[in-house]
Order: sequence, then structure tokens, then C-alpha cells
Amino acid sequence: MRGLLPILVAVALLATVPLLTSSNVVLNFLVTALLIALVGQGWNLLGGYGGQYSFGHAAFFGTGAYTTAILQMRYGINAWLGFGIGIAAGALVGAVIGALSFRSGLKGSYFALVTLAFAEVLRIIASVAPITGAGVGTLIKLELRPEAFQFQSRVPFYWIILALVGVSLVLIRLIEGSRFGAYLVAVRENEDAAQALGVNATLIKLGAMTISAAITAAGGCFYAQYFLFIDAGIAYGPWISVEALLAPIIGGIGTVLGPLLGALVVRTLGEITKLVTGDAPGLDLVIYGCVLILVVAFAPRGIVGMFDGLRRRLPSRTATAPPPLEQGHG
Amino acid sequence: MAEPLLQVESVSKRFGGLLAVDRASFIAETGRITALIGPNGAGKTTLFAIISGFLRASEGRVVYDGVEITSEPPHRLARRGIARTFQIVQPFAGLTVRENIAVGSHLSRPARADALAAAGEVASAVGLGDLIDRPAASLTVAGRKRLELARALAIAPRLLLLDEVLAGLNPSEIRDMVPVIRAIRDRGITIVMIEHVMQAVMSLAEHVFVLAEGRIIAAGSPQAVAGDPRVVEAYLGHGAAERMRAHA
Repeated sequence: MRGLLPILVAVALLATVPLLTSSNVVLNFLVTALLIALVGQGWNLLGGYGGQYSFGHAAFFGTGAYTTAILQMRYGINAWLGFGIGIAAGALVGAVIGALSFRSGLKGSYFALVTLAFAEVLRIIASVAPITGAGVGTLIKLELRPEAFQFQSRVPFYWIILALVGVSLVLIRLIEGSRFGAYLVAVRENEDAAQALGVNATLIKLGAMTISAAITAAGGCFYAQYFLFIDAGIAYGPWISVEALLAPIIGGIGTVLGPLLGALVVRTLGEITKLVTGDAPGLDLVIYGCVLILVVAFAPRGIVGMFDGLRRRLPSRTATAPPPLEQGHG
Repeated sequence: MAEPLLQVESVSKRFGGLLAVDRASFIAETGRITALIGPNGAGKTTLFAIISGFLRASEGRVVYDGVEITSEPPHRLARRGIARTFQIVQPFAGLTVRENIAVGSHLSRPARADALAAAGEVASAVGLGDLIDRPAASLTVAGRKRLELARALAIAPRLLLLDEVLAGLNPSEIRDMVPVIRAIRDRGITIVMIEHVMQAVMSLAEHVFVLAEGRIIAAGSPQAVAGDPRVVEAYLGHGAAERMRAHA
């Protein structure tokens, strides 16, 4: 199928890494980057394809993380099952926030502010509610067995996050080539015109937000298993909302591979900053901010957009020139 | 007389203290071209927005194919077979011409490939065949007007509401567009058009309603309406008809 090849290549390349190195530093770096890619892919569906810019994807990330952690620690539920329930809980939160905002017609910056507000409210609740461990946070008991979704080495975690990213890439690609995807993009481009053509814009946005929240919640569930500790600031903090939108915007908004590329770049920048400046708090955010400004100003379609632009500018070799865009026959 | 496909029954629209549409009634007969004309600010576009579900009527009702559709949301009206174009063109600027039209053809075709193929056929019908893979943002005004038309046609409508598809076109572009609209009617699609280009109204419309200050002030064949002193006054001001007669 058209469009799946780049995904296959990207995932295959990343899959070779554990065969080449067993360095924990490298693996840890890539696991974090892939986690951001996953969370960013969730944001990308709603923000990139649907044009609804959320500043509060932490709401879904945190719900996924807390759900799986609490289910394990307080109810003794299996971690893998908890993972699934965490994703469902994130999707539900997405559907509820989506229904409330879209039915009241919130758009643009109003939508962004409302999502931010929801995430902050959840953060505050999580920092006082007993069930989340309030200010202390929730620690998942160390139990290094695959059945408990815990592993001795980082390699299995790496395979799992890579598989999750792979699934999200294929999912987004499938949506891109579907009626739902076409409607979603139409709503982004012009909601009135889309409605006049029979598109139920509210329903389409709601669907996108629910799937988007589920993908991001999967990232939250993974985070909880990988670090075995969450608190309100980690789970529902603005940091993850920011990373969720930075990766796709820098990588290429509304493109399948944008969030993955963006996450790798953002994480690399973050690490370089740490190396150069020691651990000056907040400096990585300054760097992110600068990069974001540069991208928005000079490459509004991100890294993917820059590559597309370069390819189009290269002189085409007449006879073998590719036929004009023949999209969606896939 | 043909059956009316659309009946607008004493529809009013109030924006605060402003009565934009005042008990306007008109009908569009099946398979014909009905024109809605009137000076700027008469409420034509407001009336269109009410019929197509983008605005709620303050009073009155809209009946389509024997069913009351007042205040139904636009996407549901589209599924009933009512398509509209926008006076200020609203292309999906980031998409190609084909992708733009395919959003419409998706209504009855769930599969992407089918919708894209159908979009190609519609594009050819309105003369956009050569521009099919161009970004919509690169089209000229005339091209964008055609794209509006193509997208609306792509949902396979029974009723087509055209809001000034000829505005902003030069005389030769208008000459090219008129047969396209007539061909749509000949395919059995009922058309209601708001239009300022009188030359086109005269040659296309079979029935004309004149809206002024929110009210329907005249109705009839294009020739009859053009000679109606009330219509002349609505456009040129009070007493204009009499003065013109005196000078003649």
C-alpha cells in the first residue's frame, strides 16, 4: 500500500539500534524520544489534521498514567490490562472534553485555553486527591517480570514503545487515506464549507479528539511502566502538553512522520543543551522556544515540509519525472 | 406548472433591532432556474443562509420536497440533497482541486479512491479538468468560482443554491460560465441563484423574485420583473420609475 513504505523504513531503521548498541544512554534517549513521538502523534491527529490546537494533552497523558498505576497499586489489576484500561480512560476524557468544547462551538485560541484549563484542573485534583497519592505521587511496585510489564533491561521497553509508535504511524496513515481523514482535513481548512458538503463537523472533531486522546494516553501508560513513578506535576503538568505539540510542529504538522522526526530533533536539542549548560533549569525550554519561533517563521510545515520543498525545487528529469500527485490510491 | 421543490414561507430574520428579512416567501419549481435578485443589503444572502441551515430563522418555515426543514443543520440538509455555494469563495486552500471536490463526493462514496475518481468527473463537467491536481490556492477567481460549483455538484444535489457565482468575473468568463449553469439545470437539478449580473439572470432564469429591504416586492418572468416600476425604484430610488417614464 502506498505511503506505508516510509513508515516501514523508519521503523526498521530504529529497530536495528538495539542490535548495534546496548548502551543504556542511547536506549534511554531513544525510548524518551519515541515516547514523545507517540504523544505527539496523538496531538498531530487533532491539531495537525483537524486544526484544533490543544494546549492540554497532558489531560490524556496523565489520565492514562494514573489509571494504569492506580489500578495496579490499589486494585491489583494486571499491568497489561491496566495499560488497555488506561488508554480507554484517556479516550473517554478526550471525548468528554471534546463534547463540551465542540458543542459549545469553541475554536482556535478558545479551544486551546479550555484544554489547558482542563489539564490544569486535573493536575490540581491529582495533587490533592487521596487516590492519586496526592502530593506524594504514586509509586508502582518493582516487580521485574514481563507479566507485570516490567523488564530487567531497557531493550524490551524499547521494542514496546517502538511497536506503539509503529502502530500509531500506520493508524494515522490509514486515517489519512480514509473518508474520516478527508473530512477532518476539510474541517481544518474550512468548517462552513465542509458542513455545506454534508460533513458533521462536531462529530468529526469529536472522533479525532477521542482517537488523539487514546494515542496520547498510551504514552502516559507507557511512562508509568517505564519510570514506575508519577506525580501530579509529571502526569498532568504542562511539560507534556508542550512536548506533545512541539514535536509535530517542528517535525511537520499534519504529516505522518512529522511527530517522529520532530521528537528526535527536540530530544537531541534537549540533550545537547544539558551537555553544554550543565543542568540549568528551564534552559531547555528557552532553546525549544527559539526553535519553535524559527520553525513557525521559516518552515511552517516543519522538517517534512522543508524536505518536500527541496524536492520540488530540484529540476525534474523530464522523461522520468513522477506523475502529478496521485493521492489516496492506497 | 411544475411542483415546487423548495417553498420558503414568510421567513423573517432579526439581528437585534435590524429586520434583515421580513416575511419573505418564494418557491423554486422542480427542474427550473429561479433567481433571487435585489439591491445590496436586501437580505438575499441572509435568506440563503437560513435555507441552507447556517442561520436560524426568527419566524417562518422552509419546506423542501414536502418536508419541513427549518433550522436543520447544514450537514443534514446536504444529505437531503441541498447544496450551496458561498458568495465569498471558501476553498479548502491547502488541498488540490481534486481533493476539494472529493470532500463532496465522499457523501455517497465511503472509499477514498471512488471519491477521488468521482471528483475527476465533476471537475471535467465544470471545466476544471486540466487543473485537477493544482492546489486550490493557486486558482484564479474564475477558477475558484468553478471549484465552488464543482464541490456543490459533487454531493449529487437535487437543489443547488448559487450565491453570486458570477460576481467578480469578467464578461468573457461570464459567457463561459452561463452554459455550465444551464447544463446543470438540464441534468435535472433545480437551481436557485442570487445574482447581480442581470445579463445572466435574463438569459438563465425562468422565474425571478425581487428582494428589497428584506421583503419580496415583485415576482415573475425576468422581462416582467425588469419592467416593474417597483423594482426600478428599489434599485434607483423613490420616484425613479416615474422620472424615467417622463423622460422617455
